[in-house]
Amino acid sequence: MMDRPAVNKSPTQRERKRSGSDPSRPIVDVADVHQAFGSVEVLKGVSMIVRKGGVVCIIGPSGSGKSTLLRCINGLVPIQSGSIRVADFEVHQLRTDKEKIALRKEVSMVFQQYNLFPHKTALENVMMAPIHVLHEERNEVRERAVALLTKVGLAQKRDSYPGELSGGQQQRVAIARSLAMRPEVMLFDEVTAALDPETVKEVLNTIRELAREGMTCILVTHEMRFAREIADEVLFTDGGKIVEAGPPAELFDRPRMERTKAFLSQVL
Amino acid sequence: MKRESVLPVLLPDASRLVQTALRERRDGWRVRLRASHGGALLAVFVTGCAIAQAQVQAGNPSILETIWKWTPLLARGFVFNLAISFMAMGIGSIAGLFLGYAQISLLSPVRKTSWFVTHFFRNAPWLVLLFYCMFLIPFEVTLFGTKIPIPDWTKATLGLALPVMANVSEILRGAVQSIPTTQWEAASSLAFNRRQTMWMIILPQCIKRMLPPWMNLYAILTMSTVLASIVGVNEMMTLTQRALSAENRPGLLLSFYSYVLLWFFVYCYPIARWTVHLEARYAVKQ
Ligand SMILES: Nc1ncnc2c1ncn2[C@@H]1O[C@H](COP(=O)(O)OP(=O)(O)O)[C@@H](O)[C@H]1O
Ligand SMILES: [Mg+2]
Repeated sequence: MMDRPAVNKSPTQRERKRSGSDPSRPIVDVADVHQAFGSVEVLKGVSMIVRKGGVVCIIGPSGSGKSTLLRCINGLVPIQSGSIRVADFEVHQLRTDKEKIALRKEVSMVFQQYNLFPHKTALENVMMAPIHVLHEERNEVRERAVALLTKVGLAQKRDSYPGELSGGQQQRVAIARSLAMRPEVMLFDEVTAALDPETVKEVLNTIRELAREGMTCILVTHEMRFAREIADEVLFTDGGKIVEAGPPAELFDRPRMERTKAFLSQVL
Repeated sequence: MKRESVLPVLLPDASRLVQTALRERRDGWRVRLRASHGGALLAVFVTGCAIAQAQVQAGNPSILETIWKWTPLLARGFVFNLAISFMAMGIGSIAGLFLGYAQISLLSPVRKTSWFVTHFFRNAPWLVLLFYCMFLIPFEVTLFGTKIPIPDWTKATLGLALPVMANVSEILRGAVQSIPTTQWEAASSLAFNRRQTMWMIILPQCIKRMLPPWMNLYAILTMSTVLASIVGVNEMMTLTQRALSAENRPGLLLSFYSYVLLWFFVYCYPIARWTVHLEARYAVKQ
């Protein structure tokens, strides 16, 4: 385990800082990240970059560390070594609430189990964070929240509680809730895995639309067809490492690594 | 944390058992009053009256007349029981909420101390706590030169508030811990800080879960207020004893005591029914 000050002073870090104003620099930059829960190492040196407006899909077997990687990018779990930068934030160095709020304005996460707040209506779910975290004006937030719910096709369900909505509807509210923070980057963690086949489509349509509008997206998904359709780049992870990366056409049709071939033959 | 089952087929059953065990731990001793209990009580009362009536000597009033004669006094005692139960519940709940909140503090000394206090008062017998308060609290205190007397019923109320506090503390801790960690995670990813998450997201969801065990606790407390008779407070049980010794007639014991129990049943049964109703409703919703 490397200690942090050593990482901070590394030349690559300083180089990145200097290039701060470069518009072509990636919006997400993950470099050699190691992460462990206790003695179990989950991420064993993961590096990836995502450019603004890019869509990256992460595929891989269960337990390979995909969710953990997204959690690290969102600053939900600390990392042991390496560095993660999102926009202008060194995620692994954030300490205070204020810094974390600043990061989470940039990057927002949608979960497999929706995780809506069950005691609040759909509209309140969307409005809560902008009002209480960003301290924005209530009426303005309300307008934006209604617009977001309209965008995900749920304007008429604004006063329903999560318990009264279907899985697909809840997931779309969750997406609207994340968008209400006006993030630069959206993280989707197997957001369709818990849904009925019929409702998968409505959620995928919402994500597709976001990607078309230029939202930077990192998706963990088992929907291979969808990944092939919208991804600029696909990463295949296994055992806490990125085994293979490339444009979807290459990775799906001409995988180079044996492990990738084996996985794809199982899921396709 | 993720738990993987070796035999996923067994999971629903296994998790239901775990849930039941956890709930029992959280909510403690449950009172499940049923209509049949009331029926049995009524039967005992009628039998008691019949036996007593058979022993009534010529010239004495009938057993029902005797009971009716004492009813206003007993009712006054009962109101006193209720007053004690309200106050003990109020004081105990407020103190318990603070104590329970301390139990989920991030500061380890605060958490450990409150854990110890909670479990000390939760596991001590109620009667012991009652005696403890009775004999350790002075009968009057002097504040700024004025003597303020502390009547016995105040001490009894405090004595009963202590176990209520401990149980409420544990109910709160259990409720907070029963909220899925994914709620914390979602709040955190939306940049809520710990305090905001607690007050806006976790605690509001806890209220529903806390209500049934809290009402159950109240039912137990109400029945426990008769313990105050042992330390000499003028509540219903004490007054019953007084009535019995004033009558000084054989055979009244069974009818009088089952009469008193009937009063408590009539008061507590609706609370028990409502508790069951709420539990069922929340169980379906979750
Ligand atoms: N909070 C945690 N504590 C301990 N181990 C964890 C925790 N979260 C995930 N893990 C472990 O990390 C590994 C990767 O998990 P995860 O990132 O959820 O994989 P994936 O999303 O690819 O299925 C798994 O072996 C899992 O058991
Ligand atoms: Mg996962």
